[in-house]
Amino acid sequence: MEWDWEFVREIMPMLLDGLRITLLATLLGSILAAVAGLGFALLRRSKSRPVARITGFVVEFIRGTPLLVQLYFLFYVLPELGLLLSPLTAGVVGLGLHYATYASEVFRAGIDNTPRGQWEAAKACNLTPYQTWRHVILPQAIPPMIPALANYFVAMFKETPLLSAITVIELMSEARGVANSNYRYLEPMTMVGVLFLCISLIAVPALHLLERRFRPTR
Amino acid sequence: MADWAGYLGLMLDGALVTAKLTVLGCALALPAAFLAGLGRLSRHATVRALSVAYIEFFRGTSIFVQLFWAYFVLPLIGVTLTPLQAGVLALGLNVGAYGAEVVRAAVQSIGREQHEACVALNLTRWQSLRHVLLPQAAVVMVPTFCNNAIELLKATSVVSLISLSDLTFQAQVVRSQTGSTALPFLTVLVIYFAYASLISFGMKALERRMTRGLDGLRT
Repeated sequence: MEWDWEFVREIMPMLLDGLRITLLATLLGSILAAVAGLGFALLRRSKSRPVARITGFVVEFIRGTPLLVQLYFLFYVLPELGLLLSPLTAGVVGLGLHYATYASEVFRAGIDNTPRGQWEAAKACNLTPYQTWRHVILPQAIPPMIPALANYFVAMFKETPLLSAITVIELMSEARGVANSNYRYLEPMTMVGVLFLCISLIAVPALHLLERRFRPTR
Repeated sequence: MADWAGYLGLMLDGALVTAKLTVLGCALALPAAFLAGLGRLSRHATVRALSVAYIEFFRGTSIFVQLFWAYFVLPLIGVTLTPLQAGVLALGLNVGAYGAEVVRAAVQSIGREQHEACVALNLTRWQSLRHVLLPQAAVVMVPTFCNNAIELLKATSVVSLISLSDLTFQAQVVRSQTGSTALPFLTVLVIYFAYASLISFGMKALERRMTRGLDGLRT
C-alpha cells in the first residue's frame, strides 16, 4: 500500500477537528485533576482517622484499576442511577479523577516537604488552620510541584484516545471513522501518531522550561 | 439474572487473558528496558541515538495509537499479528521505553567511586556492569518497576478495543447480554484491583529480599 499525500490533505481538517476536542478534554481534565487531587491530598491528611483511611483506599483503588473500565463505569452505570452524563463530560470526569489520584501523591510530597518551622511559625502567629493552608503552606508547597504535575498532564493527553471508546469524537475516533469509511488505515493512524508525537515533543521543552522556572531555591 | 455462574466463568476467562497479557508484556518490557536503558549509556553514538529514538517514540505517542498501528498498519507491510501478539508487542515496547529511563537513572545514580573502583581493579566495561553496577542499580529499580508493571496491567484493558477477549471485553459482553451494567463493571474493577495489589505485594517482597543485608550501606 502506497502512502498517499492527497488523501492526507483531504482528511487533515477532520483530524484537526478531533485534535481540538482532544486538547479541550485534556485541559478540562487537568483542571479537575489539579483541584480534586488537592482535595484528595488534604482529605488524606485529615485528623479524622476514618476519613483519611477511606480516602486512602479510594485513591489506591482508582490508581489500581484501568481508566478504560472507569470510563465505561461512568458512561454506562451512572445513567442507571439517574445521572446522565454527555460522553465528553463523562470522559473529562474519568480523566480528571484518574489523574487526581496521581496528582494527590504529588501534592502530598510537596506538602510534606514544607519545613516544620513553617507550621510552627503559623501556629505561633495564631493563624487558623484555613489561614495556615491558604497563606503559608500552599504558596510554598505548590510551585515546586508544578513540573511533576505538568508531567502527568502530558500523560493524560496521551490517554485521551480512550475517550473514543465512550463515543467522544476526538482525534482517534475521527481517524477511525475516516479509516473505516475509506478503508485506508495507513494514513489516518500514522497521522494520529504524528500529531501526538508533535504535541508531546513541544511539551518536552515546555516542561524543561517549567522545571527551570520553578526550581526550588532552598 | 439467568445463568450468573456462566457469566462469571466468562469473566474469569477474561481475567486469564489479562493475566497472560500482563506476564508476556512484562517479559518483553524487561529486556527492552535493559537494552534501551544501557544503550543510552553506550560509548557508541549510533547505539545511543537508536535507544533515544526508541524511547522518545514510544513515550511520545499513546499506547492506544501504538496498539492500533501494530494491529491495523503492520499487516499492510506484510506483518500480520494476532490480537494477542499485537497487544503484547505494543504493551511490552511501550512500557519498555518507560522502563529504559528507570534503568538509565538507576545506573547513573550509582556513586562515582564505584566506577573508579572498577577502573582501579582493571575490570572490563562488561565486568563492571555485570558484577558491580547492575547488582546495586537493580535494588533502586524495583519500586519503579513495580509501578510500571501496574501501569502495564492497566494498559492491557485497551486491547479489548482490538477485539481481544480480555477482562474489559468480557465485561462489555456480559453487559450487552444481560443488560446489567453495575455488576459486571464492579466485578471487573475489583479483579483489576486484586491483580494490582498482587503485583505490588510481590514486588515489595522482592524488594525486601534484595535489600537484605544492605542496611546502612546505601545512604
